[in-house]
Amino acid sequence: MSYALQMNSITKEFPGVKALDNVSFSVKKGEIHALCGENGAGKSTLMKVLSGLFPTSDYQGVIEVDEKVRHFESIKDAEEAGIAIIYQELAMVKHMTVAENLILGKEPSTFGFIQKNEMFKETNKWLAEVGLKGISPETVTGSLGIGQQQLIEIAKALSKNAHILILDEPTAALTETEVKILLNILREFRKRGVTCIYISHKIEEVFSIADQITILRDGQTVATKPVEELTEDKVISLMVGRELKERFPKIETQAGKMVLEVSNYTIWDPIIPTKKVLDDISFHVRAGEILGIAGLMGSGRTELVMSLFGSYAGVNQGEVRINGRKATIQTPQQAIKHGMALVSEDRKRYGLILGMDIKNNVTMASLDAVSKMKFLDGNKEIYFGNTYLDSLRIKAPSVETLVGQLSGGNQQKVVLGKWLMTKPKLLILDEPTRGIDVGAKFEIYNIINQLVKEGVAIIMISSELPEVIGMSHRIMVISEGCKAAEFDADEVTQEKIMTAATGGTLV
Amino acid sequence: MSAVEEVQEHVEEKQIKKKIFKLDVRAYTMIVALVAIWLLFSMLNDAFLTPRNLSNLFLQMSVTAILAIGMVMIIVAGQIDLSVGSLVGLTGGVAAILNVWLGMHPILVILLTVLLGALIGLFQGWWVAYRAVPAFIVTLGGMLIFRGILQGITGSQTVAPLTPGLKILGQGYIPSPVGLGIGIVAIIITTYMIITKRNARIKYGFDVFSKKLTVSQIAIFCLIIISYVMLMNAYQGIPVPILLVIFLAIIFTIIAKNTVFGRQVYAIGGNPEAASLSGINIKRRILTVFVLGNTLAAIAGLILTARVNAATTSAGTMYELDAIAACVIGGTSLMGGVGTIAGAVIGALVMASLDNGMSIMNIDVFWQSIVKGSILILAVWVDIYSRKRKPKK
Repeated sequence: MSYALQMNSITKEFPGVKALDNVSFSVKKGEIHALCGENGAGKSTLMKVLSGLFPTSDYQGVIEVDEKVRHFESIKDAEEAGIAIIYQELAMVKHMTVAENLILGKEPSTFGFIQKNEMFKETNKWLAEVGLKGISPETVTGSLGIGQQQLIEIAKALSKNAHILILDEPTAALTETEVKILLNILREFRKRGVTCIYISHKIEEVFSIADQITILRDGQTVATKPVEELTEDKVISLMVGRELKERFPKIETQAGKMVLEVSNYTIWDPIIPTKKVLDDISFHVRAGEILGIAGLMGSGRTELVMSLFGSYAGVNQGEVRINGRKATIQTPQQAIKHGMALVSEDRKRYGLILGMDIKNNVTMASLDAVSKMKFLDGNKEIYFGNTYLDSLRIKAPSVETLVGQLSGGNQQKVVLGKWLMTKPKLLILDEPTRGIDVGAKFEIYNIINQLVKEGVAIIMISSELPEVIGMSHRIMVISEGCKAAEFDADEVTQEKIMTAATGGTLV
Repeated sequence: MSAVEEVQEHVEEKQIKKKIFKLDVRAYTMIVALVAIWLLFSMLNDAFLTPRNLSNLFLQMSVTAILAIGMVMIIVAGQIDLSVGSLVGLTGGVAAILNVWLGMHPILVILLTVLLGALIGLFQGWWVAYRAVPAFIVTLGGMLIFRGILQGITGSQTVAPLTPGLKILGQGYIPSPVGLGIGIVAIIITTYMIITKRNARIKYGFDVFSKKLTVSQIAIFCLIIISYVMLMNAYQGIPVPILLVIFLAIIFTIIAKNTVFGRQVYAIGGNPEAASLSGINIKRRILTVFVLGNTLAAIAGLILTARVNAATTSAGTMYELDAIAACVIGGTSLMGGVGTIAGAVIGALVMASLDNGMSIMNIDVFWQSIVKGSILILAVWVDIYSRKRKPKK
């Protein structure tokens, strides 16, 4: 059988990181080929290379489509070669009609006037292709379910003559029935010779649909095998099976009194109020211990901590006790008053004011400590700025350096400094080391340990399994909004976490 | 001091100078632009650089400057206020009605008018902060509403003349000796502040000017203050509205730079999400910013009415645009988070200088609009251009 797509020896470097290291990836015509790997393994980068997002000069390697070498300088080039990506977040104009969305960019027209009948005919044809015959082309797209919108997106891709479809986490937002419909349609496509690249964290799904599986790890191809030769466990161990390269300076502490107790906590989506983002979760953290939270992106882990901190727009239900007393937290101010601190996932968006200097960022959440009668004391600000500059070893010329000019690691330390200055009893860290080099990571681990020693309760979310295992005392795994498992650090393995996180069954 | 040390100090000084020059390119461009405009007009017309005209010029800028001071805070918080022009008209009209028709004492008039400004700020701020209607819409609505109310309560008549007590606010001058006294006090305070700040910076090991530079810095400030007082005294003394502008500029600079509230406003404009997660009550801060801005608009309304000794229904028309332009020329970013009070006051001075200079040269009004509009676009372009180059260093 001939190949629909061959990517040979693709190497792509970002400053300081090799995102793809000599990756080869071949897909046969008319097969469904699953691409698996942990967050950060290089799946998205590989697909970005394929979709023409990076011009050829940005990476090394050769792409062949239908056994002809192609050079993609832009997304348009890739589209012309018949490659279409359907992203996790839908690229639909929600308040336009189905027909307008589907035909967007290639409206049938005479002298610039849109030929409506032509447009509807065309739309109906493609809707039938994806099994959406019953839907009127004049329906407003946003009023349809996510599953149907996704199918319209696929129809749109097909209408552009795509014969290689890339689906990036297509089922992340779908209900079970919708998933079934989607998978059936993909099987239908396979019969007609459309080639699919299927990216998913859900191993079960992958096994139910894929012909071949390619596994990426740390930017390298680990294996490409027909599905018959693999098992779910095998795939997971291939995905995570690296040795622990970084060392984690975990310290043993005596867990103290209960700091946070969460019982039967449920959160609803702010936009779709009937959808549960998090379903009936209960857990606790004690003083002087680190609770790791593992789970895939989109599993609801970030929403959990945002909601606990009073900064999530969706409605929540359940009981939260802090230091044994019931607490209602609706705003970050209340959370801070209760001794909570949140180092969020995206430091530039949620953590820092890039146009301000280090000292102003550090004192931002504790201005009362540097002011008298609401008047700021500039000397005190400098004093506290310097205190954290030294103790966190922030590399900067002075506390008057603008935060926007610092490296990622130093920026993260500034965020940490801001929260340490509030003297938190409960520190929540969401991906505390994302995008930070190894040296700075180690320093941040040491800071975390110092805090644990001082009796702070810590919740740490991380996508890096070695980090979660290496740092936490206990680990809670969240899968699709539900608590999937809880492990003690000494009994856990990466495989166990991955199995729980992907919704697999525990042996 | 040994020769080596001297050379070293010289080199350091050069580096510091370089740094400071680099940092404040925008501030310098503004002052250079102002000086250039003045030189140009003084060359074109002898009447421009006379004490009488300059006194007049500063009087003309006072209303715009006060509006701009409030506008800076609003824009820094990431908002906008299009209603201040109409507000100047309305508050000025109310003040005139209280004074002329109802015969109230000037002090009572001032208090009630300022209170009205604060209440209107509360009203607009509430819509923006607690009802999440964009400030552009709320204040655009306000612009129409306030102008309408003004026409309604005055019956579209001019309300005049005011009692002398109220007129002082817009037409009064400080007697020469008192003005000189104020100048001396200002010099003492400035000198004291420069020295204490320098000492504090030395204590924390920051870069400071050398002694020589500090002395010349103080000397320059003293020279500016003294020559300004002398210049104003050469005519009739410092105008009361100008004293008010300076007073308000100082108060609001302190609010912006030295209070928890000010810091939080800049944080909100810089990154609202991060500010919110740091426990800042965004809604209340935005409400307060509107209260402050509209209170200042009421003060501006009082001054305008007092200066022209009458309240008309068209008073203050388009002043909001002058105020916004003054802020932007003075380096305030419409994206929020960046801007200074001093910059806005200088911006107002630039705008007033253009108005005044072109008027005494008898340039047609239509040309005045064209020139002012072009300057505004140019100023924003300079702003964007200098910002773009910054990250690359």
